[in-house]
Amino acid sequence: MKRDFIPLLLVPGIIIAALPLVGSSESWATLTLAGLAMGLMIFVMASGLTLTFGLMDVLNFGHGAFIAIGAFVTASVMAGLAPWLKADSLWLNLAAIGPAMLAAMAVSGGLGLAFERAIVRPVYGQHLKQILVTTGGLIVAEQLIKVVWGPDQITLARPTALRGAFLLGEIAIEKYRIFAVVIGLAVFAALSVTLNRTRIGLLIRAGVENGEMVEALGYRIRRLFVGVFAVGSALAGLGGAMWGIYQETVTATIGAQVAVLVFIVIIIGGLGSVGGCFIGALLVGLTANYVGFLAPKVALGSNILLMAIILLWRPQGLYPVARR
Amino acid sequence: MSAPILSLRGVETRIGRYHILHGVEFDVPEGGLTMLLGRNGAGKTTTLRTIMGLWRASAGEIRFAGRDITRMSTPEIAMLGIAYVPESMAIFADLTVRENLVLAARQGPPERKRLEWIFARFSALERFWHLPAGHLSGGQKQMLAVARAIVEPRRLLLVDEPTKGLAPAIVANMIEAFRELKDGATSLLVVEQNFAFARRLGNGVAVMDDGRVAHTGDMAQFAADDALQQHLLGLGMDAHQ
Amino acid sequence: MLRTLLSDDLPRSRWLAAALLAIVIGLALAPFLFPGAKSLNVAAKICVFVVLAASFDLLLGYSGIVSFAHTMFFGIGAYGVAIALTRLGSGWDAVAMGTVAGLASAIALAAVIGLFSLRLRTIFFAMITLAVASAFAILASQLSDVTGGEDGLNFRLPAILRASMSFADTPLFGVRLNGRLLDYYLVYIVSLVLVLVLLRIVNSPFGSVLKAMRENPFRAEAIGYRAVVYRTAASCIAAAFAALAGALMALWSSQTNPDTVLSFDIMIDILLMVVIGGMGTVYGAAIGAVLLVISQNYLQDLLLVANKAFAGVPLLPDLFHPDRWLLWLGIAFILCVYFFPTGIVGRLRSD
Repeated sequence: MKRDFIPLLLVPGIIIAALPLVGSSESWATLTLAGLAMGLMIFVMASGLTLTFGLMDVLNFGHGAFIAIGAFVTASVMAGLAPWLKADSLWLNLAAIGPAMLAAMAVSGGLGLAFERAIVRPVYGQHLKQILVTTGGLIVAEQLIKVVWGPDQITLARPTALRGAFLLGEIAIEKYRIFAVVIGLAVFAALSVTLNRTRIGLLIRAGVENGEMVEALGYRIRRLFVGVFAVGSALAGLGGAMWGIYQETVTATIGAQVAVLVFIVIIIGGLGSVGGCFIGALLVGLTANYVGFLAPKVALGSNILLMAIILLWRPQGLYPVARR
Repeated sequence: MSAPILSLRGVETRIGRYHILHGVEFDVPEGGLTMLLGRNGAGKTTTLRTIMGLWRASAGEIRFAGRDITRMSTPEIAMLGIAYVPESMAIFADLTVRENLVLAARQGPPERKRLEWIFARFSALERFWHLPAGHLSGGQKQMLAVARAIVEPRRLLLVDEPTKGLAPAIVANMIEAFRELKDGATSLLVVEQNFAFARRLGNGVAVMDDGRVAHTGDMAQFAADDALQQHLLGLGMDAHQ
Repeated sequence: MLRTLLSDDLPRSRWLAAALLAIVIGLALAPFLFPGAKSLNVAAKICVFVVLAASFDLLLGYSGIVSFAHTMFFGIGAYGVAIALTRLGSGWDAVAMGTVAGLASAIALAAVIGLFSLRLRTIFFAMITLAVASAFAILASQLSDVTGGEDGLNFRLPAILRASMSFADTPLFGVRLNGRLLDYYLVYIVSLVLVLVLLRIVNSPFGSVLKAMRENPFRAEAIGYRAVVYRTAASCIAAAFAALAGALMALWSSQTNPDTVLSFDIMIDILLMVVIGGMGTVYGAAIGAVLLVISQNYLQDLLLVANKAFAGVPLLPDLFHPDRWLLWLGIAFILCVYFFPTGIVGRLRSD
């Protein structure tokens, strides 16, 4: 499976194929960057979900709640640090946005632990109940967000240094998209190093393949799962923070909306595969932006079409994880 | 005979609505190599999985080194020093040979001397050290599964059909490896269909039939008693390969 | 007679029988017992949602399948009638054409989704339906030439169903005998018939096969591809009933927009109805639908009382804010899944 490069070619393939369709190379470059930024933000949100599924066969339909909470926590922290955000200094801006994102991760991760214990643990192995209960968790979480932050949408001011675009020749490059790409790639790199170079990562990969055998070697896979669930929730919070700043507004339903894209991505990638999730996220982000430009009315339908095509080609997703 | 390292008393196991084990009783002596024989479907694999805690015994008692492990979780049982090689091998296909063994060595990186000992018997593992285990041949996967169980010294090894589909030369290496382990401090319980292999290897025997242990005793004695073999193992087994 | 009507599936509990009887009679007499436009609207919504929830239960309760696309089929039925009435004028032929078109599209779409993804696992099917349904909702609000976009469609009903149509000069027990009243009884009777048909389906050999497959996945696997065929059939039937419920909704409200017939909120409502009422019984869906529609419309008043009582205490007034009724139903939903998986009907029957 490690030697399967065909899916890797899809991303450059779709980028190249879009050039003649879009026509102008300036728009194409802008759209490509926008697609990569969107894809990487979705990847950040989706990576934990696909791993928790691979490890314990648990799919959290309430994952969107952590995305939303991340966005709201960031909004609150940024509101508190507003003077730094408005300052005309990149460093002060980062000093505000950094803690905001870390706070989003901490709160989402902490809530993830509670969610795992209260909502998910009692229904391990029962898929029907799992879907129902985690959906119920999403309902309650959305309502609690409205209790804490009020029912109306909150606006979120982007820091000065990340506003606007700079020109590279004729091509306008939006600064925040670069920021999102950098963070997304950093998360991908950190996950890759963890999964491939550390003992915990080995355990996770082995557990995704065969949890029973990992237990027979003397490791407690539940403990591992709780950790992965918390990290996945924290990443969802980070992704929600990035998405919220990108949209510049947050509403309680932001999580449920983005969660649909997240689900499409992990289906495309192959449930349980981080690499597949990465490629799937980029494909979804790019397709959404190209199609959004070419035929705006069917932009979200295009993702469904993309999913259908990929499932016809590989029914288990791009990188099917062994045994599942 | 020394005190048994593993003893099963009245062990019952149900899987879903099926009652598979009906009061299994036998001992594995410390430092012994016991073969668990029986027809297909007699309950051998279920017995190993129950010892390992992968199925829960609904009644009876399993003791290991004087401790009751019947209700312990699989990781706890493994930590007491029991290693398991399942019939399906269950190697991690996505991980390299090295990574498979690194995971199996709980106390840090695998010891060089131990690895050399393993490589001497299963040279393919050294050759494909950095290859994903999924790319190994069936026999090489079997070697890896065994190597994973012995990469660190363990007190008891549970092995399910190690010779299935192996070339004779590798079988010989496998026998040698098991013997040397036994001469060290490791006891073994090996499920086997191939009686020729079983009689060369084991010094004790327990024969299962329909979820119970029908016979226990000395291998030499059992190997000499054709009528008993015929009765317990049936004609389906190639007793004189 | 009654036994035949209920397909031998009797309530088996005195309280349940009493509750069902109260619902059937209460709804039959609703225009007279609870006069006023709001309560008639609530009564009609209850009728439609009983059908919608009961058809969803064919999937969730009887087949053990979670679909997040049930609202989509509801919307297809509603938009079918709405588009036909908008384009073809307000005749019964348009109603018929719209209903048939909606039914056919719903069944075809359900068949495609089913054959495509029902051979996969429960979780997979749930995710796929969620994705398809949300794409459909967005598509419907984008294609404004056909669907009227976010604003939806407002259309005129056949003349005989309009409030301006009067059948008698003198009111009966203070209720005006007009087209609106006729419309209500149309909704009521069609809903009642649809629920009885659903009862027949779930108690047929087909229903037993579905239940057997839910109970024993190994058996489902043993019958192989036929399991997919059975489940796809269940999915198509459920979609058909949802589309009919949607058509009724359009015929009642004379307007259709994404919020009222396609939004994910309705999907949540249906889930709450079936789980709280009791999965795997048509009666549970009925009880759940009544309970939910009533609490949607009247729980707010109750919460307002609590809200006022806690005024001044931090946080509590917000938790009991009238708009937070879904919070409390959500908690009830989770508790139901854990502690009363058979819902209200299961509790009533076990006493």
